[in-house]
Amino acid sequence: MSAYLKQDEPDNVNRLDHMRQGVLGTDASRIEGLLKVTGTAPYAAEYQLDDCLEGVLVTATISKGEVTAIDADSVLSMPGVVAVIDDPSLTARAAQGTAGEAPAQPAREVGYFGQPIALVVAESFEQARDASKHLKVSYRADDDVAFDPEAVEAEPQDGATSQGDLAHAMKEAPFSVDVTYTTEGHSSAAMEPHAAIAQWDGDTLTVYASLQMLNYNISELADSLGLDEDKLRLVSRYVGGGFGSKLGVSEETVAASVAAMELGRPVRVAMLRQQVLQCIMRRSETRQRFRLAAGEDGKLTGFGHEARVSNLPGESFAEPVLQSSHFLYAGENRELSMEVARIHRMTAGSVRAPGEAVGMPALECAMDVLAEKCGLDPVELRLRNIPDRHPANGTPFSSHKLAECLKQGAEAFGWDSGPRSPRHTREGEWWVGTGMASAARVHNVGEAKARVTLKADGTALVETDMTDIGTGTYTILAQTVGEMLGLPVAKVLVELGDTHHPRGPGSGGSWGAASICSAAYLACLALRETLAKRADVAEEKLELKDGAVVGGASLIDLLDGRDLAEEGHYEPGDIADDFTASGFGAFFARVRVNRFTGETRVEHMTGAFGFGRVLNTKTARSQCLGGMTWSIGAALTEAMLFDPVDGHLANCDLAEYHVPVNRDVPDLDVVFVEERDGAASPIQAKGIGELGMCGGAGAIANAIYNACGARVFEFPMTPDKVLAAMPD
Amino acid sequence: MRPFDYQRAEGIDHAGQLIAAENAVAIAGGTNLLDLMKLQVETPQTLVDVNRIGHAEIEDSDDGGLWIGALATNTDTAVHPRVKADYPVLARAILAGATQQLRNRATTGGNLCQRTRCYYFTNIDQPCNKRDPGSGCGAIDGIARLHAVLGTSDQCIATYPGDMAVALSALDATVHITSAHGKARTVPVRDFHRLPGHTPWKDNVLEPGELITGVSLPAPVEGTQIYRKVRERSSYAFALCSIAAIVEMDGDKIARADLAFGGLAHKPWHDPEVGEVLVGQKPGAKLFDKAADVLLRDARGYGENDFKIPLARRTLAAVLAEATGAEL
Repeated sequence: MSAYLKQDEPDNVNRLDHMRQGVLGTDASRIEGLLKVTGTAPYAAEYQLDDCLEGVLVTATISKGEVTAIDADSVLSMPGVVAVIDDPSLTARAAQGTAGEAPAQPAREVGYFGQPIALVVAESFEQARDASKHLKVSYRADDDVAFDPEAVEAEPQDGATSQGDLAHAMKEAPFSVDVTYTTEGHSSAAMEPHAAIAQWDGDTLTVYASLQMLNYNISELADSLGLDEDKLRLVSRYVGGGFGSKLGVSEETVAASVAAMELGRPVRVAMLRQQVLQCIMRRSETRQRFRLAAGEDGKLTGFGHEARVSNLPGESFAEPVLQSSHFLYAGENRELSMEVARIHRMTAGSVRAPGEAVGMPALECAMDVLAEKCGLDPVELRLRNIPDRHPANGTPFSSHKLAECLKQGAEAFGWDSGPRSPRHTREGEWWVGTGMASAARVHNVGEAKARVTLKADGTALVETDMTDIGTGTYTILAQTVGEMLGLPVAKVLVELGDTHHPRGPGSGGSWGAASICSAAYLACLALRETLAKRADVAEEKLELKDGAVVGGASLIDLLDGRDLAEEGHYEPGDIADDFTASGFGAFFARVRVNRFTGETRVEHMTGAFGFGRVLNTKTARSQCLGGMTWSIGAALTEAMLFDPVDGHLANCDLAEYHVPVNRDVPDLDVVFVEERDGAASPIQAKGIGELGMCGGAGAIANAIYNACGARVFEFPMTPDKVLAAMPD
Repeated sequence: MRPFDYQRAEGIDHAGQLIAAENAVAIAGGTNLLDLMKLQVETPQTLVDVNRIGHAEIEDSDDGGLWIGALATNTDTAVHPRVKADYPVLARAILAGATQQLRNRATTGGNLCQRTRCYYFTNIDQPCNKRDPGSGCGAIDGIARLHAVLGTSDQCIATYPGDMAVALSALDATVHITSAHGKARTVPVRDFHRLPGHTPWKDNVLEPGELITGVSLPAPVEGTQIYRKVRERSSYAFALCSIAAIVEMDGDKIARADLAFGGLAHKPWHDPEVGEVLVGQKPGAKLFDKAADVLLRDARGYGENDFKIPLARRTLAAVLAEATGAEL
């Protein structure tokens, strides 16, 4: 058995279901949880290095143009100030996820208001922050800079689908819907600010950073600095939320590195809270038009989804709004297309569930409009439109649990499938109503390596540069290895987030768990081969539990005083082209809408999800809860507000960028729908980090309509928008 | 933040002396001031720590009213038995603001002096006549969602962000002030905050060197007390519109209607004519609309905040319906 697998065929053997330890798929608590709640898990900015300097980024006060002069003398005489760094290596933006090369340089070329342009370094943080606000900078500012995505021509994006004749289908259909939704920009707004400490010993650079994908970040940073990768070590053991904003190496990490190399002392750079919101990648605002045509039976004959998103000129990323629309519902006449407006707001990039996070809620609102027109229960409309195969390219689904999610979710929620009309229930000032939506999120996997060492003492060590961004990676790796090698979680030590370890897949696109646990699984299979030989049984017959062969020798005896190590190497193969793989789900929401003020409060929400093998019911459930909480924010409150005059972000702190607070989040129910998806990964698992928010805001929006009769076409549905749409 | 001197005042007179220094600012809870210092919106040369000068008491006053010391925390005020029993609108307003952690630190005096949340005021890379006189107003042609629709000027459309002062305004409280020279004066809370006019940098009538010593509430009145705060999320958000109301019925007619409004203006908005429209009348939709007509007769939106005008009308109707039992 090789420890390398390029998966070209589905694996429906489900080996993990036949192991004996019984630890995978349980609700094991996070193995690093105690460190986190006691404040002893070191985050990037918390490493204590002798003689460490403090850097604060200086940001541009023009929207587009270039820095013509930086007057370092304007701050060098201030107390404690050591240097002003404006090296050409400084990056103007963060790298897009999986870029693997330096992002835009130099920082002196300004693409948006608030872009980092230089770094002030001082002995103390307060000195650096003070000086950063006094640095004199001269600019050449461009005129006629575009900020409004609706005010510029947009470029068509590749990958459009045109099939049949949608216009004709719309004309002929007994029921048709042509509606347009808008969504505002979202910020990842992670609690842990983007931060890094860099240390240069004259030959090698060590950087403690808060990053999601060290396997790509090491190349991005090396390329930014002109340094060989083998002279660079990145450490990111704990990440206090990333949500996509830490996928690519960002400005503070490059700036700390440049400064450390220039000054010969360690340098720490943490973004200020305002900078976190002003500089990190935004989710693009979107405008989305849907054309849905349906027959008398509610079956779709036409499906159109056209979207407009935005980004800076030259940035390759375009919020992939159509991603799940390509395959979620049937309809032989199809038009799917997207265009990108080039404007000068901060870079648009990945924010949790890029694409579906805003595409799915809008689609699910349009489906609700259609259900009403057809006179069908919205759950039934969806059940009738689940395609057998990918409706455009014809590939089979690897596994498809939408119908089960709709049914099990409806049952758990207590969904009333009877006739629906708005304003059926009023309690005092509040209209009460329900809504639902489907969930879908494409499944991804990435190349991954992990080394698993069985120690002579009968414990296991797992090493990879994979990160745990709060999702539970440490724990599911310990569970996977424990299951395969017959060890309790406590006997498995997991070391992550260090580029000295084998390359993991990084955390992003919900692919981390399935990819890295597959690599660990492969390493364990190879270890089991050796153990099986020593125990003189076939590997398939080797039963390991609690550190011993069941009814036989202990691991310690089999190891005979020597460690045994294997590196698992998993690579996605042709299977990705042979199947359409996706996680599916369904959301059900009950909301209250105040008939005077238009305030909406979510009263209850249920999410049912099928995403392959559940590796850990507690951490998976937490991912779903987080996703549903993001759904509440996307539905009701979250919007980046951009100034129309210079394009700067106005609401740049957590008081004014409104993520949901505790009181906004009611009890949320999560239902796991049993699934094994052998084409998704060798461990039959798919991703769950994002599925929980891919449609949920649509369920809330549909519940608002059902409660009070307001069809709102703009997210977030703040009181002003609800009131404007509310019938008298 | 910029380097600053720190002085601890040992008593009110000492505080008065220290605060008289050039560019000296009093700090109590620091829940607003410290944030603004980090942003360099506030750049005091000296911080005068007034936390040890006493004046944290909440006491019955001789006229049956209540005295709330300037250093009483918002939490202590909100949970005080007499506040809860006789001035529930004040307790509710305080509890509608900020978070538990902030309320534990925030004080009566500091909260009255809370500065606006205008996005342009808190960003030193943007124009703001309040922060930097003569630099212009970024909000008028910018993001004005939070901003005022009443009492604005062409210099400033910022709102006063607090909740407590809105309730104090409805209660017709009095602010007690002392100066460096020990000279005391009182100002009705309804006159304490200012409209921006041509001097938007002046939030209130405190003169340099003056300190708030406390707030006095008149003897309690009969009636229903309500604090209603409309906001996008249900906690830790500033008001889009808020209303403090004390409404007393006499049979089927309104006998008293003391109303103050937050989120609409540069100060807690109190317009006696709104109450006058209501008093002596039978409650109902038409009457409430008439009151809203008076309240909003000079209202002006700035695009993004146009919604506040109908929102204030509807919120007023909701509050009056709740207070009077009228069916709408």
